[in-house]
Amino acid sequence: MNEVPLTHILFVSTALFFIGMYGLFTRRNMITMLMSIELLLNSVNINFVAFNKYLYPDKLDGVFFAVFIITIAAAEAAVAIAIIINLYRSHKSIDVEDAAQLKW
Amino acid sequence: MNYQLYILLIPLLPFATFVLLGIFGRRYFKKSSGIIGTTALAASTVLSVMTTYNYFFVDGKVNGIYQKIVPLKYTWLQFSPNVSIDMGVLLDPISVMMIVIVSFVSLMVHVFSLGYMKGENRFATYYSFLSLFTFSMLGLVLSSNIFQIYMFWELVGVSSYLLIGFYFDKPSAVAASKKAFIVTRFADLGFLIGILILGFYGGTLDFNTLTERLTSAQSPQLIGITTASFLGVSMLTWGLTLVFIGGAGKSAMFPLHIWLPDAMEGPTPVSALIHAATMVVAGVFLVARLFPIFSMDPVVLNIVTWVGASSALIAAIIACTQTDIKRVLAFSTMSQIGYMMFALGISGNGGEEGLGYMGSMFHLFTHAFFKSLLFLGAGAVIHLVHSNDMKDMGGLRKLMPITHLTFLIACLAIAGIPPFAGFFSKEEILLAAFHSNTFVYGIGLLTAVLTAFYMFRLYFSIFWNKTSSPALPKVEGFEHHNEGTLSMKLPLIILAVCTVGAGFIPFSKLVTANGTPLQTQLDVMFSIAPVLLSTLAILLAAWLYKTENEKPAIIAVSMGAFYNATAKKFYIDELYLFVTKKIIFNLIGRPAAWIDRNIIDGCVNGLANVTGTTSNIIKVVQSGKVQSYALYFFGGIAGLAIIFIYLWK
Repeated sequence: MNEVPLTHILFVSTALFFIGMYGLFTRRNMITMLMSIELLLNSVNINFVAFNKYLYPDKLDGVFFAVFIITIAAAEAAVAIAIIINLYRSHKSIDVEDAAQLKW
Repeated sequence: MNYQLYILLIPLLPFATFVLLGIFGRRYFKKSSGIIGTTALAASTVLSVMTTYNYFFVDGKVNGIYQKIVPLKYTWLQFSPNVSIDMGVLLDPISVMMIVIVSFVSLMVHVFSLGYMKGENRFATYYSFLSLFTFSMLGLVLSSNIFQIYMFWELVGVSSYLLIGFYFDKPSAVAASKKAFIVTRFADLGFLIGILILGFYGGTLDFNTLTERLTSAQSPQLIGITTASFLGVSMLTWGLTLVFIGGAGKSAMFPLHIWLPDAMEGPTPVSALIHAATMVVAGVFLVARLFPIFSMDPVVLNIVTWVGASSALIAAIIACTQTDIKRVLAFSTMSQIGYMMFALGISGNGGEEGLGYMGSMFHLFTHAFFKSLLFLGAGAVIHLVHSNDMKDMGGLRKLMPITHLTFLIACLAIAGIPPFAGFFSKEEILLAAFHSNTFVYGIGLLTAVLTAFYMFRLYFSIFWNKTSSPALPKVEGFEHHNEGTLSMKLPLIILAVCTVGAGFIPFSKLVTANGTPLQTQLDVMFSIAPVLLSTLAILLAAWLYKTENEKPAIIAVSMGAFYNATAKKFYIDELYLFVTKKIIFNLIGRPAAWIDRNIIDGCVNGLANVTGTTSNIIKVVQSGKVQSYALYFFGGIAGLAIIFIYLWK
């Protein structure tokens, strides 16, 4: 079986990245936005793993980075959901447009 | 004899009292502050007398000449290897004479105030201010450096300001204190410039060095200062004139005298101390301190003479018409200081020529006693009558016999009747004037006659005039306080004794221009004219004011415009007001205010407006919308990516 070329994997990760960005900018629901951010992070993870495998097969630096990012993403999700819950308690809404008080 | 051990204590004891009472007085020493201040000052007085005794009779003299001794000197600010501001002590005949006057009169005033200010709410504050004044004045007379004297000069100005405005809930007192401060401050500007001129050309600020350099004929400094000129007048003349302006402001010389009558708003003992005996003679002291340099320049001496003589005469004329007893005394002070000034002006520096100098210092000495006695007596009268106006008084001689007697002694002294102190000193001045300038002698004689007249007008109006005692205000619990407490009577008696005795001090042997004794004795034939004329003036005053009658009013009416002008103090105050309010305010004040409001404020406001407008424009970026922030963020990343990939080579 032929190996999948690197460009294919990069294509997938780029697609994933822009889908995430699209979701982040268009959705008003904060849970959805959080999900979009996860997509962004995972596209980066794919890049890290792919480059590690294709460019430096004898090293594991990229894989470690991916593991770190997953860990941090978990923590970030916990914090973000906590913020969203608090926001819901005070605003009775998780629409991002309703939470625009922090401005000039 | 080592002076160092205790001479510093003389000014520092009052300073310690000032700090103690100023900080803790109102809380902890409300009742005892008077005793504390008086005790410390009594110690200071004893030390002053000891110093003076040592100086004059033990070790001040070398080869029959009194030396200028500098027992203590500490360099405070070094400007260049030669010029420095020092803090030091200079002992010479006039400074040791002054420390005795200052500490002694201040002590008398402290004691008097124990009774006079009793029950006053700010009793401790009053004593702390008095201590501050005494400290500054002692520091002033002991200064060894011209800049040091300037600092203490300002300090006495401040303490005078604080004490004039002591009753700060009275608008007139506040106005008077401001007036005194501003007028003297204005004059001090001249003093400062004068110091800078003398210091620049003399190359030093130290009194002894300065005097030495500017009086020895061949010194490069003297040649420098006399050849340099500005507007056609030599820098020596400029410097000395400016210094004299400072002295004239402090000594209330015409035309800078306007603050002195108003300064009478302060408590009466303060007037006795500051505005009669000590601070106002600081100007005379300053001229005397720099006298060797003044005597190098006849032009300045002429200015001193004429300012002094005109002040003496004008003040004496005005004093004849005033009805406020403290104001009469204030003008009398001004007149007597004018006496001292012109005596300095007509004096020469050495030998028998220095009679004017010696007479001036002698008069300063005796004047301190009898004038503070007059003020304290007036204070006792005011304490009883609760009014400053002569019209409310009269017939008080039976009610207050001690005050009456001591006041009479002081009046006789100031009128120059032998054997009281004023006679001796005044004769010396008149004699000196007679030998150098007959016209000044005439003015002096006329002033002496007027002095006798207005003092006895005052005396008769207070103590005789009405047959019955005036209706005194009844104060609960004070039915028998006719003369005040013992602490008020005692200073009067002591000062009266001094007034009688001070004239017999052999002053010509002790205080002279160059330290050598003078061989002057009183000329009996010469003294006949002044004494006779003064006696006539006293008789005239007695004829007019001893009983209540219509004569003074008739004379006043017949004098017409002249009387009115005199009663209004020759409209000098009005002239000042016109100049300041109409001319200075309109020509300088208003344009300056316009520039400040429109140009200076305009710049600052414009800057603020520009910042505000810009912020308003860019603040919309911070919208609070998370997604737009994210958009900016990604846009920024994309922009940086483009720059790094394609443009960064």
